[in-house]
Amino acid sequence: MGKAIKLRKGYDINLVGKAEYVLTPLPMSDVVAIKPTDFKSVVPKLMVEVGQEVLAGQPVFFDKANPAIKVASPVSGEVAEIVRGEKRRILEIRIIPDRTDLRYLPYPQVDPIGLSREAIIERLLEGSCWNYIRQRPYTLIANPEDIPKGIFISCFDTAPLAPDIEYILDQEKESFQAGLAALQKLAPGRLHISLRGGADNKIRETDLAGIPSENIHYFQGPHPAGNVGVQIHHLSPIKKDEVVWYVQPQDVVIIGRLFREGRYRAERVVALTGSCVQAPQYFRVLPGQKLSSILDGRLKEGKLRIVQGNILTGATSSDDDFLSHYCNQLTVVPEGDEPEFLGWLLPGVDKLSLSRTYFSWLFPKRTYQLDTNMHGEERAFVMTGQYDQVLPMDIMPVMLLKAILAKDIERMEQLGIYEIAEEDFALCEFVCTSKIEVQRIISEGLEYVRTEG
Amino acid sequence: MKPIRTLVDTAKPHFHKGGRFEKLHPAFDALETFLFVPGHTTHNGVHIRDAMDLKRAMFTVIVALTPTLLFGMWNVGYQHYQAYGMQVSFVDNFLFGAQRVLPIVIVSYAVGLGVEFIFAILRGHQVSEGYLVTGMLIPLILPVTIPLWMVGLAAIFCTVLGKEIFGGTGMNFMNPALLARAFLFFAFPAYMTGDVWVDLTPEPGHALVDAYSGATSLVAFDTNWTDMPSAWRQFWGFEAGSIGETSTFACLLGALLLIGTGVGSWKIIVACCLGALGMGLLMNVLAPADIANHAMHTPAYYHLLMGGFAFGAVYMATDPVSAAHTERGKWIYGILIGVFTVVLRVFNPAYPEGVMLAILLMNVFAPLIDHVVVEQHIKTRSKRA
Repeated sequence: MGKAIKLRKGYDINLVGKAEYVLTPLPMSDVVAIKPTDFKSVVPKLMVEVGQEVLAGQPVFFDKANPAIKVASPVSGEVAEIVRGEKRRILEIRIIPDRTDLRYLPYPQVDPIGLSREAIIERLLEGSCWNYIRQRPYTLIANPEDIPKGIFISCFDTAPLAPDIEYILDQEKESFQAGLAALQKLAPGRLHISLRGGADNKIRETDLAGIPSENIHYFQGPHPAGNVGVQIHHLSPIKKDEVVWYVQPQDVVIIGRLFREGRYRAERVVALTGSCVQAPQYFRVLPGQKLSSILDGRLKEGKLRIVQGNILTGATSSDDDFLSHYCNQLTVVPEGDEPEFLGWLLPGVDKLSLSRTYFSWLFPKRTYQLDTNMHGEERAFVMTGQYDQVLPMDIMPVMLLKAILAKDIERMEQLGIYEIAEEDFALCEFVCTSKIEVQRIISEGLEYVRTEG
Repeated sequence: MKPIRTLVDTAKPHFHKGGRFEKLHPAFDALETFLFVPGHTTHNGVHIRDAMDLKRAMFTVIVALTPTLLFGMWNVGYQHYQAYGMQVSFVDNFLFGAQRVLPIVIVSYAVGLGVEFIFAILRGHQVSEGYLVTGMLIPLILPVTIPLWMVGLAAIFCTVLGKEIFGGTGMNFMNPALLARAFLFFAFPAYMTGDVWVDLTPEPGHALVDAYSGATSLVAFDTNWTDMPSAWRQFWGFEAGSIGETSTFACLLGALLLIGTGVGSWKIIVACCLGALGMGLLMNVLAPADIANHAMHTPAYYHLLMGGFAFGAVYMATDPVSAAHTERGKWIYGILIGVFTVVLRVFNPAYPEGVMLAILLMNVFAPLIDHVVVEQHIKTRSKRA
């Protein structure tokens, strides 16, 4: 094991409801939906119509801006409905899956090691797997014509209640390796893998055959040490006009299956977590699966907040929603919409705060059942130094936010806007005494730089 | 709780849009959120939030101020009875002080919060919590003999010109409470300097003792530093001065709480002390050898104990809004406060309380310090491989 990069700043929020190491495959739901809204800044152009039969792996829409980038159906069946929103924007492509075994669109089974870079790109595009390769800055689907500075894969997730990626990858080592081999071709010698530092890591360097050991990095520290953006910042910071690509480990597995099995088999392992889940555990499901088919009978009573993703960065969802394309985790916590009498005055042993203004700091080992209460109202920016404590990057968070609010692109560039993503600032938002929506501001800043810069 | 909640809920519609008291909504809202942490939930971004809000932060500062307030009350009584050469019990000292100090606190809060509410109603914004702390700071940095109308004036000045013209809490660039004190200091010098530090309400049958001087240690120090009370008396705070500033010990308790909870910046407090100590030592080195009682000979650590230094460093310099915002900037900001305090004390007898002016000066320079720090940060970033 190489020397670990130790990150001191950050914070692990210990919540109730971590998934047990139990993996249950779930049957398909009656309806499956593909949501173009899962793909940031993609303008979908449909390739199927209502009533049409589709195979699993058959593309259902492509990106108008880059027609080579397609998204495929995870199931075979019949297109039942196109759900549209305002201005006829496509929200969902609903498919009624076959009751019997899935029928896949066949692709050749090949070993990626024998293929050229161009051939790999072509296969990924053709197999609708390109959308798993994304880029920084801006967290978009990568442009196949770019030559990235590097490709980064973070093999651990430090977010609250995050799924254990080492456990998930252990289920399908061969496909993960095949996926890595393919990505290796896309950026020869520049594929970087980040592992959790610590002797108990389940991923051995021997599992990563073909990756030179200087490209295997170990990170230690609290959240957000597992964020790929934080790792890129420490390994190879992104400068203006540079592009790096990143892929989620589970998505590497799906890419690997395309080559090994010759089909787009999109099923993934999702951790169902949170204090309102009766028995938190892992499930093998399909993207687009109706959430009720995962959640029904597994949640506690009461007013609940269902989140696709982790509690810091995930999107609010509901029973009727469908599992998002990149989703690895579902979190369910109680809504906290009850006013609390003199709540700001009480000792608050059950309240989590990074400051020690509540007495909960006396119990550092405790796990919390946090609800969605704001714990106060939004105020002007007052406290300083809070964000710096939870951002393990050489970036001045408040100055960057101010540059964004001032719409000063040059300043944003100087202060490192290209190196960050919303998720890296999630903890800043969590700790903020003034309850400022940090991630929204970051998102607006990135969008402004992308469109105006 | 239930009856209070019901009461609030029945009153609520009248203060909402279309209600009878629609205009008073900000005032009602302030009261409601004071009683109940609202049931607002997250809707964007993170789904859970840290439990600390601005109310809790301000409340923590108030708790940190209590030692100075309580000690101040006792000391007001103690100084009073000392001046008349009377030995009275601990409780009597305290009660005398409480009688004198509480009206000042009440006026400060009533007037200041009144102005805040009026502004909130006129502008339709929420009442911010900032004044909870400012309202307590103002009495603690005034002499006990201050006329109450002047306290009210200071509160108005501080809220209007210290904060609201800039847009309210978080937007001001100078510490509002110190601004109020500076205003009184320059507008009514007769009430802020000289023989004002001890309440000399006549005690029937007692006359002022001969030894009574009425001077603070800062005045004594300018003529002959050896005339000052002993370091221990200054540390505990058995001396004349503004109500809350005399006891370094009480400030130390507050500092521990502020640093422990993470509400106050330890960097600023430590930097202030380092700056004052460093400058004090430099003064010692440069002091004229032939004048043994020259102010420059004052031992450096005296500067931490004298006058309002501790109070300023712990409660005033750490105001996050008007201090430097960058972490490295906080060191520079704090050190310069310490340095300027000592310089002003030693070389400018007209303004014995250097810490007030030093902090206000550095409040003005804080954005510049931050600017330099950020430029430096950008430079090192751009050099990075």
